[in-house]
Order: sequence, then structure tokens, then C-alpha cells
Amino acid sequence: MIPAPFEYVRPTTVEEAVQAVAEGGEDVKIMAGGQSLIPVMRLRLAAPETIVDLGRVAEMRGVRDEGDVLVIGAMTTHAEVITDPLIAQHARLIAEATETVADRQTRRRGTFGGALAHADPAGDLAAVALALDAEMVIAGPGGRRTVPASEFFVDYLTTSLDEGEILVEIRVPKLSGDWGVRYEKFNRVAQAWSIVAVAAAVRREDGHIAEARIGLTNMGPTPLRASATEAALAGAPATADAVAAAARSAAEGTSPSSDLNAQADYREHLVQVLTRRAVTAAAGL
Amino acid sequence: MTVTEDAATTQVPGPEKEVGKARKRKEDARLITGRTTWTDNMVLPGMLHLSVVRSPVAHARITGIDVSAAKESPGVVTVLTGRDLADEQGSIPCAWPVTPDMKNPGHPSIAVDRVNHVGEAVAVIVARSRTAAADAVELVDVDYDLLPPVLDMEEAVREGADLVHDDLGTNTSYHFVFDAGEAGTGGDTEQAFADADVVVSRRFVNQRLIPAFMEPRSVVVQPQGDNFTMWSATQIPHVLRVMLAMVTGIPEHKLRVVAPDVGGGFGGKLQVNPEEVLALLIARRLGKPVKWTETRSESLMTAHHGRDQVQFIDVAADREGNVKGLRVRLLADMGAYLRLITPGVPALGAFMFPGIYKFPAYRFECDGVFTNKVPTDAYRGAGRPEATFAVERIMDELAVELGMDPLELRRKNWIQSQEFPFTTVAGLEYDSGDYDAATQQALDLLGYSELREEQRRRRESNDPVQLGIGFSTFTEMCGLAPSRVLGSLSYGAGGWESASIRMLPTGKVEVVTGSTPHGQGHETAWSQLVADQLGVPFEDVEVLHGDTAVAPRGMDTYGSRSLVVGGTAVVKAADKVIAKARKVAAHLLEASEDDLEFSGGKFSVRGTPGSGLSIQEIALAVFAAHDYPDDVEPTIDADATFDPVNFSFPHGTHVCAMEVDTDTGFVKIRKYACVDDVGTIVNPLIVEGQVHGGLAQGIAQALYEEAVYDADGNLTTGTFVDYLVPSAADLPHFDTGNTVHVAPGNPIGAKGVGEAGCIASTPAVVNAALDAVRHLGVSDIRMPLTPERVWRAIHQGGDGGDRATAGSNAYGGAQTETTAGVSTPRSALGGDR
Repeated sequence: MIPAPFEYVRPTTVEEAVQAVAEGGEDVKIMAGGQSLIPVMRLRLAAPETIVDLGRVAEMRGVRDEGDVLVIGAMTTHAEVITDPLIAQHARLIAEATETVADRQTRRRGTFGGALAHADPAGDLAAVALALDAEMVIAGPGGRRTVPASEFFVDYLTTSLDEGEILVEIRVPKLSGDWGVRYEKFNRVAQAWSIVAVAAAVRREDGHIAEARIGLTNMGPTPLRASATEAALAGAPATADAVAAAARSAAEGTSPSSDLNAQADYREHLVQVLTRRAVTAAAGL
Repeated sequence: MTVTEDAATTQVPGPEKEVGKARKRKEDARLITGRTTWTDNMVLPGMLHLSVVRSPVAHARITGIDVSAAKESPGVVTVLTGRDLADEQGSIPCAWPVTPDMKNPGHPSIAVDRVNHVGEAVAVIVARSRTAAADAVELVDVDYDLLPPVLDMEEAVREGADLVHDDLGTNTSYHFVFDAGEAGTGGDTEQAFADADVVVSRRFVNQRLIPAFMEPRSVVVQPQGDNFTMWSATQIPHVLRVMLAMVTGIPEHKLRVVAPDVGGGFGGKLQVNPEEVLALLIARRLGKPVKWTETRSESLMTAHHGRDQVQFIDVAADREGNVKGLRVRLLADMGAYLRLITPGVPALGAFMFPGIYKFPAYRFECDGVFTNKVPTDAYRGAGRPEATFAVERIMDELAVELGMDPLELRRKNWIQSQEFPFTTVAGLEYDSGDYDAATQQALDLLGYSELREEQRRRRESNDPVQLGIGFSTFTEMCGLAPSRVLGSLSYGAGGWESASIRMLPTGKVEVVTGSTPHGQGHETAWSQLVADQLGVPFEDVEVLHGDTAVAPRGMDTYGSRSLVVGGTAVVKAADKVIAKARKVAAHLLEASEDDLEFSGGKFSVRGTPGSGLSIQEIALAVFAAHDYPDDVEPTIDADATFDPVNFSFPHGTHVCAMEVDTDTGFVKIRKYACVDDVGTIVNPLIVEGQVHGGLAQGIAQALYEEAVYDADGNLTTGTFVDYLVPSAADLPHFDTGNTVHVAPGNPIGAKGVGEAGCIASTPAVVNAALDAVRHLGVSDIRMPLTPERVWRAIHQGGDGGDRATAGSNAYGGAQTETTAGVSTPRSALGGDR
């Protein structure tokens, strides 16, 4: 449980951080809260040459209001996300999902951006970012660029971050109108990763479901949208039967893995049940 | 209770009794803050650090080991392999040859030419720092010639199966039989089954568990001339000293073993560990102090595991529900080798399968089977949880077969309170109890009838969340153990316990116990006992333990024995102190011994108010030794050794109400009530704590924990991500109660509480889940009851089947570390963290 030797750099600005990554040698790892990186280093499953610790980059921390969007600094901790008034008001789904992440100690150190950049398909926040059509602001040697969540998650533990790039902040469009949200997480013990989870945001209008956005956790190598269910719900009556019928297609287009917690067919079943429950709750039914 | 005025006023108010008080534990502040002598806190001048290179394969011949690169690594002093230590390492001892022809392949501490399980030691790095030792591990290059791994017991015992140990010619270590007909304690079992109206047969899997104690194992050895001192996070310093002397040839009187404060064990530290032997051999070879502390991964992978039985159980009964016979055949997984009591665990369980029921006939057979997995050994309950699970599960199955209420069936067959002492079909004499009273109290605590009503409503309305109620009416054998009984079972040692009491000149008291604690609260409970016996303040008692130089005689802590056997030794030593003090008091008070009475810590002459001498004054008097009787020595210190005549038999009724979400298979304990009879309660807070902790572990077997190996013999559940230990957040409120029937076998009247919750709860939980979904056609679900298994059992039939053996994708989806020392591709993981 002792990591292999490594160099350690702790920059204080994004520019310094980008430079530190560039100068860090062949194998650099960027550390946010360290809640995933440190365990794999302790197990010697990773032995990077250099660690660039973003913990002192103050500009990457905090939440601000930019009109139609909330901007969440990548280094904002889970604990800060949960208690942030702007998030509570405009992006409650993020707070609700973050409350289910790991345990209290981990939430004090782990960060929103670190979790997204880690891109663990069993992590809870990627599916939420995807469901909310968030955008990732990325800094690199060539300046800044913005990538929508739908293009950010590329594969298992892999994002569209290029070598030398850092996820700086996340832009989350505010939900306007009569939205209800729900994060429905399924795991065996309180602090565990999701076996499957469903993030749902539902807008109701005149007794109908006007729009549903559904993100799926751990149903494939990346977070996914339940597109077929979303399509079936658009304009559907806000009834339990309509939701149940739409939820039956929640597993369409997914490719879940089989492991100790669940085999693929069981995950495909679970996602339908959890989608029904999440949408039902988000729709206030 | 009603107390009359008269009774209250005529009682002379005596000193307040310590026994029965919910004292907070005096040892907890240092244990919880860690400001104490955990073994890994030890730092000695010039101390070297050991890291163990471990096999990444389950079964192989070692064809070559290259340690040259590791030897060159900075800070490394030397690297030793099995060949270097082959001539002096001997074998890890097995103290329990359960049959005369038991096959024991021998257990090297470090593999020499073959490895038999993943994690087996193949080389040891000795370095100047812990980090230097860890860095060099992956530089050792071992060549393996792979052999087929033997992982499934039922396959391992088939004709022509691959063998774990070629030279034995079989994977079966022993065949142990207990037949009540042959023993004269019951009728003919085959006849009972032939004559029975109803026979119910089941195959249960009691899965492999990992003890998962909180403090990892750690050992420090200091050589000093030809003397050696070992500090180890062990439950058994006394046993360890004897065994290490035998294994290494270091004379026993040249070896001192110290168990400082130890952070849990649950049987997992009831062992002579390979790393303890290696540390001692290396310290001897180098003449330097050494330390080895395991990582959590090493702990899960290489410390012994528990349980792991396939149980075939048959019960015979008549149509009215009177049981007629019980037949048990076990396959018990030994793992790759026999450790200290590996073969004895299922044999100990043999005597508990009949439970609290009056079976007229009983036959037990067990095959101990070798596999290429880490050895099994004692784990909280050790044989008794497995037995209790099987009998409590089969009683429910019989009730279903007969169409009877499961509680009615139990009542019909259990031993009635007026029948104690009762000799069972397994030949044990149960001491005391009242199963009906405990059951009634547990039902009241649960709110049984309301929950039954709710269950009916949910069933009728076809609610997706169904409710079930499960029982476990259990007993266990505790207070290990009468030495003569152990002898009759071929166990290699006795079951007595030792204590001494030293009265210090200032009136303070030192109590030396041979029952070494590892978190149980001995210091508090023993202080309460001694305070009452000697009439001294609780605070004035210090309990010493765990060091063979301080507490030279002991049998240590396991099997709920400490209070029952070790506590009794303390009480008997206190009696001797009083007897010795009485002579001195008579001399000083110029009275006859017969005229003295001892009460509240004071000797006084009957009929002479105001006269008297406290035990503290006598302690000072014999210290000065100016004036004491001619025929005694000037001390009132005393030793006692207590060897119980019988086991003690705690019992209780555990009732679990379980919600089962039939859509997802998720199970949730709605309510849990239990009433345990552990005899006299010395400290209600400690008893409650033991029950809670035991429940957590027993419930964990039912719902969460399972050591899973993949098809190559890698431990998939190699971290706490995949080996699920529940936390307080995952467990319900426990409604606990007690009945008290004192144990007749010891002066305290205690029966033991360390294992009760763990033994009793598992079948109650499983029975409850099955009761919720039995109407849906489910008759068994394999433990642990993962949501997937429950869902499959409901929707696809069967018992839920095998789990996928891939680890979950936490820690970046890489395979969990199966070897502490195997090199992994550096930064093999993609992605940015």
C-alpha cells in the first residue's frame, strides 16, 4: 500500500498547471481530489512519473452564475456542491446525485471535475452531466476549448481530454420551466459505487411530459442517455402507465458489463426498473 | 418486580455491586485514539523491514527465482527465498489431527519448489525502510510452470480429479464421522430415516468468508543474544510461543512473545502465521530486529479465511412434526494447507448440528478437502455458525413440507426448560435455559403479530415489496474448553485458563490474566469481577496480559471462553487471596479465623463492631512483613488455574423481518429483534456491544460477504471494494433483550457472548428473505443474498446461481491486486484522474 516514487508539483494557477503537465515527463497524472488516483497508486496499479496536484489552484474552485448557465469550477469538492445555493436552485440533480457519492470523508476531498475527468462509468456524476447537457471547459497548451458532455466521454476511463489538457470548469445550463429531478441509485452498501443508476430530469406541461432527459450510470463503458425512453416520453401523458411503458426501452443501446455485483442481463433489467422509478419521481407522480 | 417495604428496610445496604454495571470500558480511550502499543507502532534501533513477494498463480512449480535486481535495489539488505530457508523453516503446525489417518502435506512458511495458492510467499525482501522493501518486491523475477488449479470441492473429491498435492494421491485430508448410534447417544440413524413419514434433504452452501479484522497483522522480532522477543498482533501469544519453539527449535525459555494491544481478530489472529515464522528466522539469521506489517490486500488474500462448506443435510420426521433423525454430510474446504486448527473447525461444528432439538438419531460425516486457495481456519463461531445455519434452515424447510408454522415445529421439538441439564444426541450436556421464554420475549420486541398481518396484506395486494419473517432459535457451545474433552477430540492442548492476583503495598491490585484480549474489554470486566470479590475500588485494579514474561501461563482468547474460563480463574485467584489474607487478619486481630467475616473488602470479628482490617491494610502488612503468622509466607498474592468440567451453552431467539423488492431483488431488514441468554451479565454495555458486532458479522454473511475466486484461483474480492463489509449505514436498529439462566459450570454464572450474534443471525436473515418470496416459488437463495441472486431466484427459479467472478470496475477497472508483489504495467490505466 505504498506508491512507487513520483515527482510532485503543486501549481497555483491554471497556466502554471498546464505548464507543469507539459514539463512533467512521459507519464504525468493530474490529481484533483485524489480519491481514485491515490488508491490505484497505493495498489501500484498506476505508477506515474509526475503528479500535478491542482489542490492549490484557487480559480478552479467555486460556483458562479452566468445568466442561463451555472459555471462549476472543476476543483469544487462534492461537499461544496451539495451545499451550494446556486446548484440547489438551478441544478438540483447534481446535488442529489453528489449526495450519493461514496462517504462523507471522500466527499470532503473528491471534486466534481475530478470525477468527470476520471470517467469511471460507475461514477455518478458523468450521467448527470450528460443528462443536463453540460459543457466541459478545457485548458491546454493551445488555449481553451469547450466540449459538450456528449462528446467528452469517449470510452472506459477515457475522455476527449488530450495529453497536456486539464478540465477547468463545467458549464451547466439552468433548467427553466417546471422541472422535476431524481437520481435513482442502486448499490449494495451505502458507500459503494453504483451497480446501475439513473439520472432523470422531467419537464411537465399541461398534464403531459413535455421533455425528459435521462442519463444512465454504469450501463456501458461511458455514461449514456436513454434516448428511446426520452423519445417515448416526449409529449406522453404524465401517468404511471405511460412512464412504465417508456421505461421498458431504457436498456436500448446500452452495453453493460458483467461483474461480481451484476451480470449484464440483470443490469439491463435494473435500468428499466430504475428509469421507471426515477422518471415517476421526477414527474411528481 | 415488586419489592415489599419490609424487604427493603431489613436489607443491610452493602457496597454497590460492580458486576451488572454498564461500566464504560477503561481501555477504550487508548484503543480508539491509537495512542498505544499497536505492533506496527513499535520502532526499534536498527530495525529492518520485511516485504513478502507473493505468488500470482494458484498452482505451479517454481522453476527459477532471480533476486539479483531486487538485491541491488536501494536500501535492500538481502533477499531470501524458500531455498534459503528450507532447512530451518519446518512446517506451520496443525494442532488438531481430527482423525488418526488425517493427511497433512506440511505447510512451509515460504514456498520452496511449489506454490499452492495465490498469495503464497515465494521471497522476502529485507530492507532498511518499509518503502525500500516495497519498491524491491516487483524486481523479483519468478518463473512458474503452471499446474491446473483445484478450486471446486465437489470436483476435487471426484475420481481422477487434479490434485493439489500430488504426493498425497488424494484431495481428501480426512473423513471424520460422528454417529450417535455408535457413540451410544442416540438411535440408529439409517433406521430412523427408513421409518420416517417425511424426509427433507437440502444442499446448502456456507460460503467462504474473510475475517477482515481492523488492525492488519504485524510482527516485530528483536534478537538479544540467544534470546528473542516477538511482538505480534495475535490472539494467542501463549500458544504462539509454544508452537514457534517447536517449529524453529528456539528453546521456549529463550523466546518471549508479546501481544500488545491488538485490534480485533475474530479468530483470524488465532494462528501461527507464516510471516511470524519468517520474521523470527530472519531476525535470527541477521541478528537484527525486523518488522513485517501486512497491507490490507495481503491481509484479505493471505490471512486465513473462514467457513466454506458444502452441506448436505437430511431431516426425518413424522407427519405431526416430531423430528426422528438428522443426517449431515459436509465437504469442508481446508484450502491448500492445514494451519493451526483448520481441520478441527468443521469437527467442532459436528456437535452443534442438532441445535436445540431432541433428535433421537444423528449421523455426521465430513470430508476435509484440499483446494488451491488460502487455508481456512477459525472465524467467529468456528464450526458452530455453519451448523446453526444448516439446522435452522432445514427446520424451515421441514415446516414448509409439513405445512406447519416454523415456530410451532420448533416448539414441538426443542428441549423444555424443565429438562435441563439435557444430554443431546451429540453427547453434549446442555446446562440451562428456557427457549420458550426467550422466544416469547423476542416476538414481543419484534411486534410479531402486526408484521405477520402486514405480510398478509402485502401478499394479498401483490405488493412489489414483499415481507417475510425468519427465525433462528439457537444454542452454541462456549467456554472452550474442558481439557479432557479436547483430549478426546485429539486436540493438541488443554482448555484451562490461568490468573494471578498481586496485592500491591499501597492497596492497589494487579490482575494477570492468561486470556489475552484483542478488543473484548477484559480489563474492564476483570476489574469489575475483582472489585466485587476483594471489595476494592474498580479504579484500583489493573489488568495485565499478553506478554509471556508477565503472564506466563495462558490459553488466550477465542471461542467465547475468556469470561467463562479466564474470568473464573480470576475469581478463584481472588478467593485464594482472601483465604491467605484471612490467616494474616486473624493473626493481627488476635482472633480465630472462624470468627472472621469478610465483607466489603474488610475482615471483621463477628460480634465486635468497629474492629477490622481492610484487605489493603493486610497487603501493606505482609509487604512490611514485621508481624505475620509463623506458618505462612509473607504474601497474600495468589494464582489459580481453572479447567472447566463442561462447556457452557448460551442460547437465544433471533427474529428478522425482511422486505424484498421483487422488482430488483434488493433485500432490506425491516426489523431485527433478538433475546440472548448468556448467563450472568457482568457488564451489560459490553454484552450489548458484542451482540451488535456479532449481528453485523452474521448479517454480513447472509447479505454481503463472500470470498470469490476466479477460474484461475485469483481472489477477486481482494479489496474492500469487492469484499463488502457492511457499515452502520447498512444495518438496521437492533432490538435486543436478555433472559438470564446462570451457567452452573462456573462461579460467575456466565455462558459467553462473543459469538452469539454472529452464529444466530445468519439463518434468521435468510429464512426471513425466503419467507417473503416462498409463495413465488423460491425455496433457497445462495448466500450472500445479492440483489441479483434474489431477483434470479424469483424470476428464473433456482438458488440465484453463481456470481460473475470479474471484479467490479472500481479502482479504474484494473483487476484488483491479487499479488502484493507482482509487477504491473506502469500506469496501465487510461484516462485522466
